[in-house]
Amino acid sequence: MIIRRRRSVRSAALAAALLTVGFATVGVLPAQADPSPSAGVPSSTASAAPTEAGAPEAPKVDLVLDVSGSMGISDIDGKSRMAVAQRSIDDVIDALPPEAEFGIRTLGATYPVSDKTDGCKDTKVLYPVGRTDKVEAKTAVATLRPTGWTPIGLALRGAAQDLGSGQATRRVVLITDGEDDCAPPDPCDVARELAAQGVHLVVDTLGLAHDDKVRQQLLCIANATGGSYTDVRTQQQLTDRVKQLVTRSDTSYRATPANVTGTDQCATAPLLTPGVYADREKFSEHRVYRVPVHAGQELRASVSVTPDRAVALDYGVLLRATDAAGQELVRGTDAGSGRTDVASTGLRWSAADAPSGSPSGGSSASSPSGAGAGARTVCLVVSNSFAGQAGVQNDPGLPLELTVDVANASPAPAGPALGLGRGWIMLLVLTGAGLLTGLVWGWIARWRISVWREN
Amino acid sequence: MMRRVLGTGLLGLLLAGATAPGAVAASPTAQSSPSTSASTSASASASGPAAPVTSAGTSFLTATALAAGRDADVAAATGDYLYWEFAASAGQTDTVRVDVTLPGSADRHGPQSWTVELFDGLRRRQACTAGPQSGTAAQGTGTLSLSCTLRQVRSWAEPWSEDPLPGTYYARLSVSDVPQTDLGLAARVRLHVAATGGADDAQPEGGDLKAPLVPPVNAGATAPPGATALPSASTPPSPTAAPSPGGASVAAPVKAAEHWYSGLFSGWNSRWGWTLAGAALAGLAGIGGYTLTRHPRGHRGRRVVREEVRRYEEVS
Repeated sequence: MIIRRRRSVRSAALAAALLTVGFATVGVLPAQADPSPSAGVPSSTASAAPTEAGAPEAPKVDLVLDVSGSMGISDIDGKSRMAVAQRSIDDVIDALPPEAEFGIRTLGATYPVSDKTDGCKDTKVLYPVGRTDKVEAKTAVATLRPTGWTPIGLALRGAAQDLGSGQATRRVVLITDGEDDCAPPDPCDVARELAAQGVHLVVDTLGLAHDDKVRQQLLCIANATGGSYTDVRTQQQLTDRVKQLVTRSDTSYRATPANVTGTDQCATAPLLTPGVYADREKFSEHRVYRVPVHAGQELRASVSVTPDRAVALDYGVLLRATDAAGQELVRGTDAGSGRTDVASTGLRWSAADAPSGSPSGGSSASSPSGAGAGARTVCLVVSNSFAGQAGVQNDPGLPLELTVDVANASPAPAGPALGLGRGWIMLLVLTGAGLLTGLVWGWIARWRISVWREN
Repeated sequence: MMRRVLGTGLLGLLLAGATAPGAVAASPTAQSSPSTSASTSASASASGPAAPVTSAGTSFLTATALAAGRDADVAAATGDYLYWEFAASAGQTDTVRVDVTLPGSADRHGPQSWTVELFDGLRRRQACTAGPQSGTAAQGTGTLSLSCTLRQVRSWAEPWSEDPLPGTYYARLSVSDVPQTDLGLAARVRLHVAATGGADDAQPEGGDLKAPLVPPVNAGATAPPGATALPSASTPPSPTAAPSPGGASVAAPVKAAEHWYSGLFSGWNSRWGWTLAGAALAGLAGIGGYTLTRHPRGHRGRRVVREEVRRYEEVS
């Protein structure tokens, strides 16, 4: 009988052992399989599927080529600037993506250097912007000979007209070797004026001469429109760069913000839905926008301010979310110093769980939008602390880019998964508790036996 | 003898139980390298490293997306602002490494400083925990190496905090200081993004950001002042009414697969192993404790019991 009992203890222990091993293996195996379903390995996915139906416009590029007299100088790889530019453009035309609309405009191609009055109005379309017939375009380029003056300002205006108006971002690629010798209009002012029209025009400049004044002017044009400047040293560099810029036009045209005009106070501010917006903001100006946020939703906003002119060394940008009464909810801020293309910051905000009990509960009632029950109107106030250098104009304002998104709010986590534990201390505690339970149980059993024996 | 067998069995089990959680804890780190899987470039990365991306964006909006494990190798002009974007998920620690081949020293007029900066999906500047984020090259130097390691991406954070969260991250490479005469010279840039860690390390545990910090990239639309129909979070952030010229795309972390048990069960993690091992150990310790009390003085105790039994049998 005792033996039978001992045997049962043994088999119980064995069963427990098997179970332990089983559990341990079960515990190991799924953990190894774990990362595949839930780890969230990153990859690039298109969050918004490209909708071909919603793409009425093709990327548009207009190449503005300087054909002034100085292009005849031979200083790039021992060839004349003109020859280098022509060969590069040939290569670029060959490599054009089929959907791109490409055009060429020349400046200084007709009137000789002796005729300044006509020479300074001398800019014309060599090949109109559209689907490119490669042979025709190359033939047109081959006929060019270095001739006249350099009216860059006028040429930029012409290029903006060639590209037409539309929602998409368009690019002008300016290849030149000299500074504008026909001002006024000053080409940099023209660039700023075009940018301020909100027509999403980007001018990339390529300089063939390594002259300080030329560089300054081309940098100014590029800065004003969010373009780039390249100092061309070799033919290969020119070809690769222009190809790169043409490719860029494809990405930049896909991401064109909607124009909006912020106001100076919350009550009259434009009401924004999720998306990207563009606006202009002067030095130390405040721009206000409104976004309706429902209970259980989270507001996400970010802003970028671009210094497109000569600004002081130190700068900053501030984005504040306030309620309709002007009470600050949260702020995002960034500051910096030195050369930059953009100062940006962002913020997240979600209402507390009980919107009625929140200190600004009256805001939905006082919100003049009538945005509907349950929605709070949050005002976004954008300000910047850029300062213009002496003589820099304040108007038009600095380009500003605002993204607004409303997502589901994320509640605070409740703690580790299902109250499971981890760590050696926990193992020790559990084992100790088990041992204690076993001992107590055993003693109780012994006590019961002795009681039973006495009786 | 029987007890010795039981004892060694117990010891073995103890060891097995003790090593199991360790194995569980170690296994995810070995597998979490993100270069092993990617949805869009899976075919490319399956057969060796994918060809590097040869473009870079010029703004946050036009940033070039880098798939996991993909490098960028771009010809640039000195002074360009170059933007790339990549996705990071909770528990990851990402490192961006940049190697710049500077223009020929004969064309340069002085030292130039390059800086790599990281921003999250809301364009908030992110701190670098390691790496020279910016560097200055003397006129004669040909190359420059920069790197920036992000903080570990958290699974959840209060809306008011600036902690790194799952979503899109932007890397911006710029020239922070250069003689103006050197602007526009040709340079070459190589960028590599590496990630370590995985979802199992994510803090806080049980945290879940309902929607990753992936910014909208399509044009928005202003609602009329008296609008009652408001955007709801359930609809994707690409309003159909928006006059967007095309579908822009943005790097976003892959969503975890949804199962019928997703709501009940948060998924396997090493806590399961630890807890099960703890339960098993507790059970075994209980059995051990019980056995001890039943045979308090070893063989002598057993003999005593046997004698007691004999006496009992004689009595009955």
